[in-house]
Amino acid sequence: MPNRRPSDLETPVAGGGLLHRRALLGGTIAAAGALSAAQAQDPIGLGSPLTMTRPGAGFSGYGAPAEWAQGIRRLTPPASARPGTGSSRTPLEALEGVITPSGLHFERHHNGVPAIDAAKHELLIHGLVKRPLSFDLDSLRRYPMVSAMRFIECAGNSGGLTGETIAPTATAASLHGLVSNSEWTGVPLSILLEEAGVDPSARWLLAEGADAAGMSRSVPLWKAMDDAVVALFQNGEPIRPEQGFPMRLLLPGFQGNANVKWLRRLKVTREATYTRDETSRYSLLMADGTTRVFPLELGVKSLILKPSPGLTLRGPGVYEISGIAWSGAGRIRAVEVSADGGRSWAKAALDGPAAAKALTRFRMPWRWDGSPLTLLSRAIDETGARQPTRTAWKAQFAPGQSYNYNAINAWAVDQAGLLRGVHAT
Amino acid sequence: MRPELVLALLASVTLGSATFAQNLGKPATPAAMAASDISIGPDGAGLPPGSGSVAEGARIYAAKCVVCHGPDGAGAPGDRLTGGVGTLKSERPVRTVASFWPYATTVFDYTRRAMPLTTPQSLTNDEVYAVTAYMLSIDGIVAKNARLDAASLPQVVMPNQVGIVSWEPKLRRR
Repeated sequence: MPNRRPSDLETPVAGGGLLHRRALLGGTIAAAGALSAAQAQDPIGLGSPLTMTRPGAGFSGYGAPAEWAQGIRRLTPPASARPGTGSSRTPLEALEGVITPSGLHFERHHNGVPAIDAAKHELLIHGLVKRPLSFDLDSLRRYPMVSAMRFIECAGNSGGLTGETIAPTATAASLHGLVSNSEWTGVPLSILLEEAGVDPSARWLLAEGADAAGMSRSVPLWKAMDDAVVALFQNGEPIRPEQGFPMRLLLPGFQGNANVKWLRRLKVTREATYTRDETSRYSLLMADGTTRVFPLELGVKSLILKPSPGLTLRGPGVYEISGIAWSGAGRIRAVEVSADGGRSWAKAALDGPAAAKALTRFRMPWRWDGSPLTLLSRAIDETGARQPTRTAWKAQFAPGQSYNYNAINAWAVDQAGLLRGVHAT
Repeated sequence: MRPELVLALLASVTLGSATFAQNLGKPATPAAMAASDISIGPDGAGLPPGSGSVAEGARIYAAKCVVCHGPDGAGAPGDRLTGGVGTLKSERPVRTVASFWPYATTVFDYTRRAMPLTTPQSLTNDEVYAVTAYMLSIDGIVAKNARLDAASLPQVVMPNQVGIVSWEPKLRRR
């Protein structure tokens, strides 16, 4: 009932129509329509939906989305001469909650998805260890496992926003769709490294995938011993091929590229290997001309998804603003929303207890009066880190540096209820 | 305490912590490790025997690389590899292998493991040394008559080696 009158539940908390969080809980009861008097002799089926009058479909070995929802697809790149390089994006604004369905998790491949025979695949741990070891999938599945919700975000996500122009057709997915969130299950890497016996002089690992790019990244040993996991399962099922089947390295909160897929080798080393994907890529060229390598931990970030471009507002009334927030450093402590371009802010409600290094859903009630305005969100994580303005973010870096972008995002709403991405901070 | 009892206690402690130790990894053989260890450290660790010259590299580049990376590594449709040296502090930095990559060993490692895109890992070690030498010669990082091998490649000083700042210690301190 978008046009009902403001009630006591709707206490304004900031400009632009933001309302107190309690408005989320105070539901309105829809007026019951008048019941039509049925003929006493008629079977009730005459007045029921067709689905209640005939048996439904049978069982299926693997369920599929509802026909209605089959338009919810990853944004795939146009056909190219190099089809295995590039990325597909999660349709963030078409999803709710925080779990990304496995088939909609973003993809970033550097030379295609390898077809790996799990029966032959092995993970080698060698280098500065007492006992070089090789693990097959069956062996790894016998180890004690841990499960946790974790986001994975490509370090290049949202990087297009470092440019001055934003395409009028840009959406949350096209701008920010290189972040996804799953329950990942696997073997703590520390257990495997302890069995191999890491030499005291070791400080790094080289992680390598079995794909046609031989994707390789250096991982600090402390991270490997902290919360790193050799992940075998995603959202309860074996990891999908495009996410690294049969196993991927999971480094919670680190640049997505370091979460090496199709993991085949971990070499324990004294120094970092300085691979191509941590020097020429996924490193940060600073304003002073120096290059910051290993900026692995991703910053605190948030994004309004509802509403966002493509989800047009249907006239003035009450809406729920909602979106996602995350931080590579830990839990989200708070998310603030502004509906007046940043002049005033109010704290949003967070769904459930926020999980560390995982997406957290935030919600904010809002009465839109039909006038043009700009919606922003900014997150704060448990370390106290705050999402920067775009101006502050850009000031650190050389022109054209676009990795690890986490500045405040802005959507402009016009009088027709259409949204588009803008630079507002 | 009797020595036997101490031993028994030690054994139980060991067993207690060993409940997590499945020890299901198979010992890796030296041959298996040698076959799969393809990464090259910035100090040259892991570089194979063999060598290649700029002239040989120019021929291989013309046959296998130019289609993506263009004449003299100028790029399009693939990544630009050359030029831009000295631009990183400017208003319009140009990042290429020559101007941006800090270690020449990375050029060998990446070319050998991932290039050419359609037939990765098809070049011989001699060919990878040669292509690396040719690429670096375009910007004068090595001489036009250079020949690179496991001893000389790690000695190559890349223009941006001085500009590298590791951010990893910042993470570790927190």
